[in-house]
Amino acid sequence: MAKAFKHKKRTKPNHSGVGDFFSIFFLILMGSFMALPLVLAISNSLKPLEELFIFPPRFFVRNPTLDNFHDVFVLMSQSWVPFSRYIFNTVFITIVGTLGHLFVASLCAYALAKHKFPGRNVIFWIIVTALMFSTQVTAIPNYLIMTKIGWLDKYLSLIVPAIAKPLGLFLMKQFMEQIPDSLLEAARIDGAREVTVFWKIAMPQVKPAWLTLIIFCFQDLWNLQGSNYIFSEELKTLPYALSQISAAGISRAGATSAVAVIMMAVPIIIFVISQSNIIETMASSGIKE
Amino acid sequence: MNENEKFMAKLLAYMKNKRSNLFREIRKNKISYLLIAPYCILFILFYLVPVCMSIGLSFTYFNILEPARFVGWKNYVDLFFADEVFLKAVKNTFLFAIITGPIGYFLALFIAWMINDIKNSKIRAFMTLIFYAPTISGQAYIVWKYIFSSDTYGMANGWLMKWGLTFQPILWFEDEKFIAPILIIVVLWMSMGTGFLSFIAGLQNVDRSLYEAGYMDGITNRFQELWYITLPAMKEQLMFGAVMTITSSFAIHDQLAALAGFPSVNYAAHTVVSHLIDYGTVRFEMGYASAIATLLFMVMILCNKLVQSLLRKVGK
Repeated sequence: MAKAFKHKKRTKPNHSGVGDFFSIFFLILMGSFMALPLVLAISNSLKPLEELFIFPPRFFVRNPTLDNFHDVFVLMSQSWVPFSRYIFNTVFITIVGTLGHLFVASLCAYALAKHKFPGRNVIFWIIVTALMFSTQVTAIPNYLIMTKIGWLDKYLSLIVPAIAKPLGLFLMKQFMEQIPDSLLEAARIDGAREVTVFWKIAMPQVKPAWLTLIIFCFQDLWNLQGSNYIFSEELKTLPYALSQISAAGISRAGATSAVAVIMMAVPIIIFVISQSNIIETMASSGIKE
Repeated sequence: MNENEKFMAKLLAYMKNKRSNLFREIRKNKISYLLIAPYCILFILFYLVPVCMSIGLSFTYFNILEPARFVGWKNYVDLFFADEVFLKAVKNTFLFAIITGPIGYFLALFIAWMINDIKNSKIRAFMTLIFYAPTISGQAYIVWKYIFSSDTYGMANGWLMKWGLTFQPILWFEDEKFIAPILIIVVLWMSMGTGFLSFIAGLQNVDRSLYEAGYMDGITNRFQELWYITLPAMKEQLMFGAVMTITSSFAIHDQLAALAGFPSVNYAAHTVVSHLIDYGTVRFEMGYASAIATLLFMVMILCNKLVQSLLRKVGK
């Protein structure tokens, strides 16, 4: 009895100090490997030209400057489509796509998780398999389909396929399953319509899942180049425009780093804001056999 | 006779009941089908139909301008017997997938496990961010181009020369010896991904009382604890992580193309997806490209089945 009590006090009695030391050492080692390239990208984006091309190269910036960011804007303003247009395109595609995905996928996830109807298991099985469809596998037929329905060179060609991404539906469904049935039943007895139950009762219960879905979808669309489907310069996305700067190579080393920093800042900030919610959602992300 | 009538009446009542059940079911399900309709229509149009089309097109010669012409197994035969670059791409893909897939997966699991042991929640959140940041930072992998730049201004060359380990800059991305190892490092750096978050979450959700019970049963060190308690309790997250890792490690291309060039020197960084993009968007041989896509898809499904059966052995 006394022994049991003692164990209860210490949650992890089997962890030796040596083991703790090694795991912290390993974490710091791996953590540096993960973090240093990003730190270098930020440091490089602040380096003036003479610091980018010195021998031997320095890791940290000595005289930080915002010239590189300034260069990006100058370079972009030289193109015949204003820079703000690329920003608008990407922001528009990202917001509409993410919200559309959130709504449509949640609707379907709700029915799959909370309604018993013939075919639901088959549908869910297909969607789990579809987690493995990489975009490259479907790229060519998708191009043909876009041509057929006349969506080529339109925002729709980038937004609509993102709305049907299987990952978001999958996460939503796993999370919706945890909503107690009694909660929904109570609303139904009060005479609420199914859409109302979904929107007013179910959706507020799964807020953490929204945030996760938003960050995944956001990150995909934010980095979408979409050059396969979009030909008009005024419809092209920000990553595409910025990749043109990087493509110029060594002569624009500073501007390239500035571009990388601009592109990575937004998803990282969103991740930091919603981190705890994301982790909560991922806890229910498992695939049952 | 009486008995027979009784039975018939019963049967009729049963059928009526069943029928009304069915009707009720259908009426009730109308809403369900309505709710799933928007997603399912889009999903069928942009995911299911394309995969089926891809399989269909793989048996044709199709260049978009002319109508597709049925050629049977020719594309597949050509791929394996007449396309040396494809074989090289397959070799590269398997090299990348086999090294980065399992290593990335276990590294992510291992690190998630160690991060989970950190008591301070602020530090835990910070470490999670550090390991996940490269995955969400878009095209930040371009910084590796600077680290392994082929002139003296690149980090790697600069330091090697400063320390006198080499006297002239090494052409990292032009030398076949170096291309694959460097790219493997970069891919590992980026591959923590979705699996990692799923593992962190799975670890946090393991029922604490399981550990207590485990200590009673004589679990003596942290590895036993991991194998017998933690991993079996988060099997579903392990599965999800595996699916994500398989999908991404077989579809490696963007990072490689950005760093080593497309096509790369002597096709050293040419993967199956590179080959697919080459035929699909550069040469417009859609039938041939579809055959590549179909093979890729099949291999991913097979791998997934394999991993699924391996994961069943966890904790046994």
